[in-house]
Amino acid sequence: CPPQTGLLSPMTVTFAKKEIGGAKNGGTRDVPTKKAPTYYPAEDVPVKAPSEREAKSCGVAKLRKSITPGTVLILLAGRFRGRRVVFLKQLPSGLLLVTGPYQVNGIPLRRVNQAYVIATSTSVNVQSVDASKFGDEYFGNKNKSKAKKKGDDFLAADEEKNELSEERKTDQLAVDTPLMTTIEQTPLMAKYLKARFSLSKKQAPHAMKF
Amino acid sequence: PPSIFGVFRPATRLALLSRSMPFKRFVEVGRVALICYGPDTGKLCTIINVVDQSRVLVDGPEGITGVRRQAVNIKRIMLTDYKVDAILNCPEKKLKALFESEDIMGKWKASNWGKKLENRKLRLATNDFERFQVMLARKERSAARKAAMGE
Repeated sequence: CPPQTGLLSPMTVTFAKKEIGGAKNGGTRDVPTKKAPTYYPAEDVPVKAPSEREAKSCGVAKLRKSITPGTVLILLAGRFRGRRVVFLKQLPSGLLLVTGPYQVNGIPLRRVNQAYVIATSTSVNVQSVDASKFGDEYFGNKNKSKAKKKGDDFLAADEEKNELSEERKTDQLAVDTPLMTTIEQTPLMAKYLKARFSLSKKQAPHAMKF
Repeated sequence: PPSIFGVFRPATRLALLSRSMPFKRFVEVGRVALICYGPDTGKLCTIINVVDQSRVLVDGPEGITGVRRQAVNIKRIMLTDYKVDAILNCPEKKLKALFESEDIMGKWKASNWGKKLENRKLRLATNDFERFQVMLARKERSAARKAAMGE
């Protein structure tokens, strides 16, 4: 969101005590928790007020009308580019929650950006699927503290390995099992979700109907 | 015009011409044509008058093909095999009745040309899932053909 109107407010500096070495240095030093900026303008510059349109456009990406729960999407970028997935819901961050289903095409419950997706006009009934427990906190790398390696540690291999938690596996099944029964009702739907999308020489996406 | 043959023949221009010319489709009143350029592309129309060397007056009839009465450049139309017994500047109602009695639309849809255009339209309208189904169907057909050839 664009910052508040008016001039930049004067900085309030908070200090923290930092331990320092050296016998004659007093043991601790007051260090500002946030470093002062290396540059600020010589004259106070008024902050631009956002226009009404700018102010209204803040927030989460608006979901395209063509994307509704159950829509088959074609992923255009990322690890699973070219695959077809089923859309479940839009997460609070604006990203889309999709699933392969995993047993069909190997795509798990995953977040996907709306901008890198083609929405087809085909859809699957997802009323039997309960995706309410999934939010942005469910996804993403947790505990990603990269401690700086020193000395011999540079040569040591990364100890952390991402193990798939049991919770993820059960959640995947909980979502996919009811979804599979609906998918199997439509002939060729499972095969369709398994197949990859690609363009052949004479196809032009702007002239194609999805 | 004086007959160029020594024997009496019906002195219609076309009867004379058909003997000496390879052309079968003429720009004439009543000729059904396909519009291939402009907002009415892909629609049938009937020539009901000739404006000059490059333009003809055309009518759908509007009630059947959706083409309104208008002047159309000859270069924008393609003549078909069908001809209707329309009089000069035939009124649209009369033209419509002629079209229905001759079942021009039925003949057109059954013709190879008409079928080709219809298929092209259908192919453009397929969505992603339908394209996938068509792909599978073509594979099946190809496999069936190969099996038949093998026998």
